[in-house]
Amino acid sequence: MTTTRRRGARLATLVGAGLLVLLGTPAVAFTAYVSNEKSNTVTVIDTDKFAVVKTIKVGQRPRGIELTKDGKFVLVAVGDDDTIQMIDTGTDEIVATLPSGPDPELFTQDPTGRLLYVANENDNTVTIIDIERRVPIGEVQVGVEPEGMGLSPDGKILVNTSETTNMAHFIDTETRRIVANVLVDARPRFAQFKHDGSELWVSSEIGGTVSVIDPVKHEVTRKIGFDIPGLRKEAIQAVGISITADGKTGFVALGPANRIAVINGMTHEVQKYLLVGQRVWHMAFTPDEKYLLTTNGVSNDVSVIDVAALKVTKTIQVGELPWGIAISRR
Amino acid sequence: MIRLALTSAVLIAWASASSDAAEIKIGYLRQAEHRPALSLIQTPAENDGVAGARLAVNDDNTTGKFLDQQFSLEDIRLAAGGDPAAATLALADRGIMLVVADLPPDALLKAADAGKARGLLFFNVGAIDDRLREADCRANLIHTAPTRTMLADALAQYLVWKQWRKWLLVVGSHADDKLYGDALRRAAKRFGARIVQEKVFEDTGGARRTDSGVAQIQRQLPPFTQGAPAYDVLIAADESEVFASYLPYRTWEARPVAGSAGLVPTSWDASFDQWGAVQMQDRFIKLFSRRMTARDMQAWTAVRMIGEGAARTRSGEPNALLDFLKGSEFALAAFKGQRLTLRDWNLQLRQPILLSDGRMIVSVSPQEGFLHQFSELDTLGIDRPESKCSLR
Repeated sequence: MTTTRRRGARLATLVGAGLLVLLGTPAVAFTAYVSNEKSNTVTVIDTDKFAVVKTIKVGQRPRGIELTKDGKFVLVAVGDDDTIQMIDTGTDEIVATLPSGPDPELFTQDPTGRLLYVANENDNTVTIIDIERRVPIGEVQVGVEPEGMGLSPDGKILVNTSETTNMAHFIDTETRRIVANVLVDARPRFAQFKHDGSELWVSSEIGGTVSVIDPVKHEVTRKIGFDIPGLRKEAIQAVGISITADGKTGFVALGPANRIAVINGMTHEVQKYLLVGQRVWHMAFTPDEKYLLTTNGVSNDVSVIDVAALKVTKTIQVGELPWGIAISRR
Repeated sequence: MIRLALTSAVLIAWASASSDAAEIKIGYLRQAEHRPALSLIQTPAENDGVAGARLAVNDDNTTGKFLDQQFSLEDIRLAAGGDPAAATLALADRGIMLVVADLPPDALLKAADAGKARGLLFFNVGAIDDRLREADCRANLIHTAPTRTMLADALAQYLVWKQWRKWLLVVGSHADDKLYGDALRRAAKRFGARIVQEKVFEDTGGARRTDSGVAQIQRQLPPFTQGAPAYDVLIAADESEVFASYLPYRTWEARPVAGSAGLVPTSWDASFDQWGAVQMQDRFIKLFSRRMTARDMQAWTAVRMIGEGAARTRSGEPNALLDFLKGSEFALAAFKGQRLTLRDWNLQLRQPILLSDGRMIVSVSPQEGFLHQFSELDTLGIDRPESKCSLR
């Protein structure tokens, strides 16, 4: 049933796209994959119509989610099953699992798409996996409760954040040794390099800040705070980060503040707060950067932000406790 | 602010944490006596509390290896009648300046006062007495244990939200039970609940554990609550573990029980799984092969505060730590869904309070809608304007 519906949806997409091409505005349909932590599902969204086209059953407690570089698989960390599942994007079936180590949450891939770096929260380690051979090939000891994972654009430096140690650990991917540790505010959740590698942004959930770090000097150069009238400090928690490819605009999910902060990537000033769903957690751009999709855990939906207009244009109901999101080119 | 920016700068020192690491010694001072409980599964383990401190020392050391800091813990058990002041001075003589204390109020004050001249900093992880944060507060005594008024307010907010406003209050005959009764009466008044009747449950002595006691309990308890005016919920104040756990399912009318049994306000519970707490529960069980209690959590929090202060100030010196911990830059992540900070007027840790039924968490207070101009966490317990504390 779902396959037919999806075929129909694809057909509609094609027709729609064709019409738009005729009208002179090329539109490309992408596919968004949302991990629903409580439902144990991944919701598939057609980003042309912004509608749910399918729901895939996965393992226990899906959180971190990414596409392989070749777009052939969705990788989803199912923490309570201690593994990462691989979903074939052609069939939407789970076809394999990766030996992630215990309780995987967030992970990142090297630029070639050959290696996967996984944070194991219960083990104070980062596990390195050969994706193709599906075997672990190494691990690095880090701080307490490793979580955020960011890779420098050249793939040479892996950054892991540890939630109870409150540090960003800089790991040389060649030697797999820690080369620097930078203290940030309480409970760092996410690490994101600018595309040119000039800055690393690290969000602190409990601290409620984003630390901008110089990746060469390993220094915090700026701490971005958030002040929203009518909201207590405790309700403002920084989690997911997305930065546009030109580095000019950053977006930070503020958790229970139910807002996305829009940050000038050059001056690091907060420009605007966009009201989205409840407990906004992570987000992803469509590959053309026209839209930014956010996962809203408590309201069980995804907000669609028009990046140029900086406006929330749509809300899509997904499963329970949506957590992570990845968007493919297909 | 500036100092913090500097300390968060280059910390490249990833030489293997070794002999030149700064050593930060922590003492854990507690009594040897065993705490009774009516329920077998609530009988505290021999390492109740100190186990949480040990886990936090591990956590602090994981961080410390990146900063060349090494933390250690020395567990001191005071025998019955042992002198807390002498024990404190003995710790100071061994260079231990930071003391995590799980002591009754008077012993705690003796220890804190004895340590004052030697510059020791104390963390109260056991005593919930409000007076330690009020008239008897001390400038060298931080409290991670919540107070009775915080616990009572947390419960009251939920019961009022639930519209269970008519309370039948049953208070035990021991001093601590009466103090909890006072806190519950105060909470009822603050949040608009009404105590329709108050009863005292006399402790007539006898064993908590007998082989056929259950038959008697079943005969005695229903009539004890017979004839009360109409009420929504029975609230028991029984810190002495004499009767409260016998009340659920034995009241004359079919009514829920809260307070010292039934729905219990607490800083931590082994069933708590929100906001990353599972990671904490898993780490604890792995290390100690038992579940984590509120006292374990209060001790973990104290030692994590020491670790956090030491990492930020690059010091294990009590004054530097205290300045940092009561300052605006301090925010502790302790699996409660929001930052924990210190009330700078009496050194009490602000914290959400869990409401547990013994198997699950029913709710977490403060409840939505109880507003405060500074922090909603300050709707729990005695607030700054009412405080009788002057730190010295």
